[in-house]
Amino acid sequence: MRKSKSLTPLFFLLPALILMVPFVIYPVFKTVYLSFFLDDKFVGLENYKNVLLSPDIVNLDRFPTNSPPWGALIHNVVWIAIHLPATIFLGLGIALLLRGKEIKGASIIKSIVFLGMVIPMIVGGLIIRFLFEEGAGVIPAIFKALGIEGLAITWTAYPKTALFAAILGSIWIWTGFSMLMYSAGLASIPKDYYEAALIDGANRFQIFKNVTWPLLKPITIVVVAMTLLWDLKIFDVVYVATGGGPGGASMVLALQMWDYFARALNYNYAAVVAVLLTTLTLIPALWLIRRRE
Amino acid sequence: MNIPKYKLKEFIISNSIAWILGVIWLIPFVGVLMASIRPYREIVGGWWHFSPFTITLKNFVGAFNHPMFPIGEGLRNSLIIAIPSTITPLLVAALAAYAFARYSFPVKHYLFAFIVFLMALPQQMTIVPLYFLLRNFHLLNKFQGLILVHSAWGLAWIIFFMRNYFSMLPTDVEEAARIDGASDFKIFYKIVLPMALPGLISAAILQFTWVWSDFFLALVFLQNPEKYVATQRLPLLRGQYFVDWGILTAASIMVMLVPLLVYTLFQKYYISGMIGWSTEK
Repeated sequence: MRKSKSLTPLFFLLPALILMVPFVIYPVFKTVYLSFFLDDKFVGLENYKNVLLSPDIVNLDRFPTNSPPWGALIHNVVWIAIHLPATIFLGLGIALLLRGKEIKGASIIKSIVFLGMVIPMIVGGLIIRFLFEEGAGVIPAIFKALGIEGLAITWTAYPKTALFAAILGSIWIWTGFSMLMYSAGLASIPKDYYEAALIDGANRFQIFKNVTWPLLKPITIVVVAMTLLWDLKIFDVVYVATGGGPGGASMVLALQMWDYFARALNYNYAAVVAVLLTTLTLIPALWLIRRRE
Repeated sequence: MNIPKYKLKEFIISNSIAWILGVIWLIPFVGVLMASIRPYREIVGGWWHFSPFTITLKNFVGAFNHPMFPIGEGLRNSLIIAIPSTITPLLVAALAAYAFARYSFPVKHYLFAFIVFLMALPQQMTIVPLYFLLRNFHLLNKFQGLILVHSAWGLAWIIFFMRNYFSMLPTDVEEAARIDGASDFKIFYKIVLPMALPGLISAAILQFTWVWSDFFLALVFLQNPEKYVATQRLPLLRGQYFVDWGILTAASIMVMLVPLLVYTLFQKYYISGMIGWSTEK
């Protein structure tokens, strides 16, 4: 590491700063600023109060006993509650299953699962809509064949199912990420660890619990943090699969922000939702930053 | 001796589970392909009915030359935006990443933590002020405006990624060149950049696919239908009285073909980029 009293590092950093200050850093602070104003008048926390108490964000009259809309914030939380454990479990499971040499075509299966990560999310969202459409889509057809008529419908068109169609579909999109990370993690565990455990007479579950899982912990932290960030920022999928509807039944924070910005033209409320969203992303972000130290 | 038999049973079970999962994950894509190459009347009741089975390219032609939102024009716009939005941040971020990897300077650690924070930042946090900033500078509805935003937005993660990459490279060649009197900048572009080529390729591939796949920033900053990128046109193709899955799936295939191609051709770089982007050596 060179100690440099000269301006050399600044020279290397300068082009990045020139781009980031106007296009990233200034807008972040300006958004915070805007969130305290209404029509150019300082209103303190008034906007926050109005937005947070609005049924757009949290609707405790309907949650959890009635069907959605429950409010965008609750929808994001529900999203995390389902999507995070499901993708971790599936990704780890598939990575473990495909680790050995026994599976024929393991790399093909891996590539198929990973495809969801490669395609644009807007395409992923469109495919979700297609999957859950009555008549043309597979999922309602399966429920029809099973005799469950209540779910043999266009999921994205009904408040009780729209949010869950988007969440289930997003599991299909995102499992490839945790699978990839866990596959890389598993490959980095030395073989002798397993051999030593086998010699000690450990069974497979014990080996997983005492050797594999603890060694995968750094990977799990990254997967959890990245998945939380992805779930909080989810936009494209919802925009195209359900449009946040019907009647806000699948609205999420990122889309609610867009709604305030582009449809209601309320830039201050849009800024409040953006700040709220950013505050929530700080939790996984700080986790990742702290891990570096 | 029943060990081989036990192994065979296990072999069959684990292979079956693995392939069932593989098929489940593939089915949505099969549906898209089926709907795109067959006429609407054949797939409206379910693409898994195979008789009659007529193959047609009508949907692809229809989507490519769509009267309102031609995907062909969108693909061209996406390419015009994605190429400079990849090259610009790559060069700029490589410079900055080198400063983080090789020099010590005041507030370095805070600055780097800030970069990590920016990686996690939702785009929603910037668009309101950016919208007005671009409007004031007459960059709204212009490719240049979106390219600038994409470039600036890509910097944080590429700096993070390349800084990790540079940190793993040996420094002895650089030290030798320094003793020979080479300048810092010359060392950077003559020695470090060529050595970091695999990392640069990974970063370029991911940045390119992400810009290509972007929907949100295009939605905010391009409002003139002629300027729409490919992803932006997709949701607009749904037909007036019914959802025309033929056109939609054909258009989807054309939009995802580019990232799929990039992934297939550069799989090694794509995967190592994906892993290096989120973990640290």
